Amino acid sequence: MTTRKTEILVGIFVLLTIAATLLLGLKVANQGMQANGDTYTLKAKFDNIGGLKERSAVKVGGVTVGRVESIELDSDDFTPVVVLSISTQYSTFPETTSVAILTSGLLGEQYVGLQPGFSFGDIENLKDGDFIEDTKSALVLEDLIGQFLFSRDSD
Amino acid sequence: MIDWVAQIGARTISKIAATGRAGLMLFGAIFALPQLKNIRLTIQQIYVVGVQSLLIIIVSGLFIGMVMALQGYTILVDYGAEGSLGPMVALSLLRELGPVVTALLFAGRAGSALTAEIGLMKATEQLSSLEMMAVDPLRRVVAPRFWAGMISMPMLALIFSAVGILGGHFVGVDWLGVDAGSYWSIMQATVDWNEDVVNGIIKSVVFATVVTWIAIFKGYDAIPTSEGISKATTETVVFSSLAVLGLDFVLTAIMFGIE
Repeated sequence: MTTRKTEILVGIFVLLTIAATLLLGLKVANQGMQANGDTYTLKAKFDNIGGLKERSAVKVGGVTVGRVESIELDSDDFTPVVVLSISTQYSTFPETTSVAILTSGLLGEQYVGLQPGFSFGDIENLKDGDFIEDTKSALVLEDLIGQFLFSRDSD
Repeated sequence: MIDWVAQIGARTISKIAATGRAGLMLFGAIFALPQLKNIRLTIQQIYVVGVQSLLIIIVSGLFIGMVMALQGYTILVDYGAEGSLGPMVALSLLRELGPVVTALLFAGRAGSALTAEIGLMKATEQLSSLEMMAVDPLRRVVAPRFWAGMISMPMLALIFSAVGILGGHFVGVDWLGVDAGSYWSIMQATVDWNEDVVNGIIKSVVFATVVTWIAIFKGYDAIPTSEGISKATTETVVFSSLAVLGLDFVLTAIMFGIE
């Protein structure tokens, strides 16, 4: 009889662990949302990526549509190339789309903001592996201050 | 002078021999697993080391989560960043406190008990009697305890982290008024399954191996007197705590050190 009780208690222990794992997986790490993950990649060259990191969010109008997959330095012209992996659910960005590195809040993380361009006539959609031409770099505080001081001096 | 040098040599050799015995015992315990009737014994031991540690793990997890939320809130609120409370609590629990504190509590609660139990079995010559009856004590006594510790501790660490995050929610959201939506959603945006949860599980598996190994070996190798057992029990807690904290630094450096 004691073994039966032991087995039941160990069973409860295992169930508790499963519940904890589910909580951590679904509620904390949000694994459920990432599971439906068919993605395609877009690339963009920036002059300066600021504090952008791998796995930073890619957002359109505040909605997360993908993640930064990798950041490399182009060996020819020494500019950073950011590879974005975007859910295939959002696969119809026109070629005129622009991309910028933005900051969420004053102290927040940096993310990539996509600004879809107009699509008319013979403008094609961006395909897997395409470069986005129109990019705006991250704001670097020191540069801003420098520009501000410079423009005050010239007044 | 010569005596002194000779003593150092003798001690070194006996330590190396002890390490060798510990290695052999670990080898024996790991490969003594696959027997169906041993599973019963292992479940019995999971009850002893796992289920009976549940209460202390849940209570400490709850309070550590609550304290972290309280401390974190008072600092973050100055910067208007109390939304970051969720990721702060979740990341520190999953990456560090979950595995480490669980391992320390486990060493104190279950490790010392394992050492004392096996040590007393040795002192009362139960292990020799098993050998007399042609039952391998490694297989019958040591292996089920080793596997029970290996299985239980990562489970306890997961429960610890989950309960701690709920405790943080309780203090942060229900008491201090952090927005529940931002607590969970910023946590979800920050915590990564592979990077954080799985690395935490890997850590706790490593700690489980080390703590259980030390506990069982200290019992198995204890001097079979009441003094010897008390010394072995103390050494279990001290050595496994030091090993856990030292290994934690190494593992953290490997897992999170270089971006």
